[in-house]
Amino acid sequence: MKNNKILVLVVILVYVFLCGPLLIIGATAFNSGNIMSFPPKGFSFRWFAMVFQSETFMTTLGISFQVAVLATLIALIIGIPAAYALSRKNYRGKNIVQNIFISPIIVPGVVLGFAFFRFLIIKLQFGVFLSLLIGHVIIVIPYIIRVIGSSLDNLDFSIEEAAVSLGATKLRAFFLIVLPNITSGVIAAFMLAFINSFNNVPASLFLTGPGVSTLPISMMSYVEYNYDPAISALSVILMAMTVLIMFIIEKTLGLSHFTK
Amino acid sequence: MKAKSIYLLLIPGLIVVVFFLFVPILMIIVPTLKGDQGITLSRYIIFFKDAYYMSILMRTVRIGIITTLICILLGVPVSYYVAKSSPKIKGLLLAAAIFPQLTDSVVRSFAWMTILGRNGIVNSLLVSAHLFTEPHMFLYTESAIIVGSVYLFLPLMIISMVGVMDSIEDDLVEAAESLGANKVVAFFKIIFPLSVPGMIVGSVLVFTGTFTAYTTPQLLGGNKNTVLATLLYQKAMTLSDWTQASVLSMVMILITLAVMFSINKVASRFYVRGV
Repeated sequence: MKNNKILVLVVILVYVFLCGPLLIIGATAFNSGNIMSFPPKGFSFRWFAMVFQSETFMTTLGISFQVAVLATLIALIIGIPAAYALSRKNYRGKNIVQNIFISPIIVPGVVLGFAFFRFLIIKLQFGVFLSLLIGHVIIVIPYIIRVIGSSLDNLDFSIEEAAVSLGATKLRAFFLIVLPNITSGVIAAFMLAFINSFNNVPASLFLTGPGVSTLPISMMSYVEYNYDPAISALSVILMAMTVLIMFIIEKTLGLSHFTK
Repeated sequence: MKAKSIYLLLIPGLIVVVFFLFVPILMIIVPTLKGDQGITLSRYIIFFKDAYYMSILMRTVRIGIITTLICILLGVPVSYYVAKSSPKIKGLLLAAAIFPQLTDSVVRSFAWMTILGRNGIVNSLLVSAHLFTEPHMFLYTESAIIVGSVYLFLPLMIISMVGVMDSIEDDLVEAAESLGANKVVAFFKIIFPLSVPGMIVGSVLVFTGTFTAYTTPQLLGGNKNTVLATLLYQKAMTLSDWTQASVLSMVMILITLAVMFSINKVASRFYVRGV
């Protein structure tokens, strides 16, 4: 069955469809001409240089990075205790609480963005950066709860109980026993939350203002008016980041986590 | 651990989510239901009677359904192949599906702009092959949005089905074949029905993802092919028509929830039948 010719052909075509476009983008990034062309004309790094000299791209890259790191850290600080509480015995309302933490994933992105805009920027008069940060904390919480939750499910809590029965306080047992045992889950959760915050478009779209925007948003407005290999060069840089993140996830949680 | 301290650990997270997610959403939704005397649905009735809004809603649903069907059609055989490959190949194929999943959606849509655009790869191939005398407009059409959406969500479908395909015993297929079924029949009679649970999970993700996507329809659909998400952004930020944007938010949330709920209902019936 597995070696059926038609099946193999379908698989090859699908993978060409999945990988081809990104490879094409990669190739166009090294164009030496002024316009997008494939196959690329000549070979140069001029578009990479252009990206690094662009104030807009560099500023928004910095903002995206800061927001993604800070939002993920905040979500970890409030998410780890919650995931820990959720992984312990059943108690009333556990399912409801779990669903509350997962709910940001269910709300359509643009609705999230609009709601954040109305509440944080209009109603509470928060600054754009702070609003963006709060919005992204909400967006990444589900990833933290899920990934850390699944690492806690695999943890044998009897080792924690052993520490407590030997005289450690609950808090000490958590930091000395539980946390070190879920480190790989925490790292993977960080990576997944980071990339999902970094790549977010629909919510960030509503939370930009004078001088504050994220990289995907500035890329979007750039491609609406320009058609040159600068975006290809930026794409290559972002894809390199994705490869690095995937590598870290594979080394910690394992990519097979995605199929669960 | 005492129940009390468990609740204590949950409180910071719950406060943040309730205050910064539930409150803002209620704040946009509640006013749409307020009338002069109590609750009114008039804003929704107006929305559903408006031909322009309906055409956008229909387009969004149509794109979602077609994308989901294509993803099922391609996802079933591919995920089966991935699941049954040797560990090394399997890891490689999974990584190749996860990679686009973690790549920025702007990058992924931009890739299709360069392929389908006026001076794009498809056009230059067709013109140089003398199939067309002048470039054809593939970009800024509904089909472009569908191609971009399949590209965006097919990895998700493959990934959500590999786990289910893993659990299908090879013996079943061999048994069917030894009893005289040819490969195609065996595929549709054995693998297809057994993969339904994974297909359902994947379909919910693909449909709701396509239905609510902003980047792809914005970049590949252009101004003519407005969908609900791009309409919401226009209403909220370009036209500052917050009431209409709120009505749209409610419509999007309700349809998303209805789809998730009803597909899961169908799924639970399958489980009961033991498929």
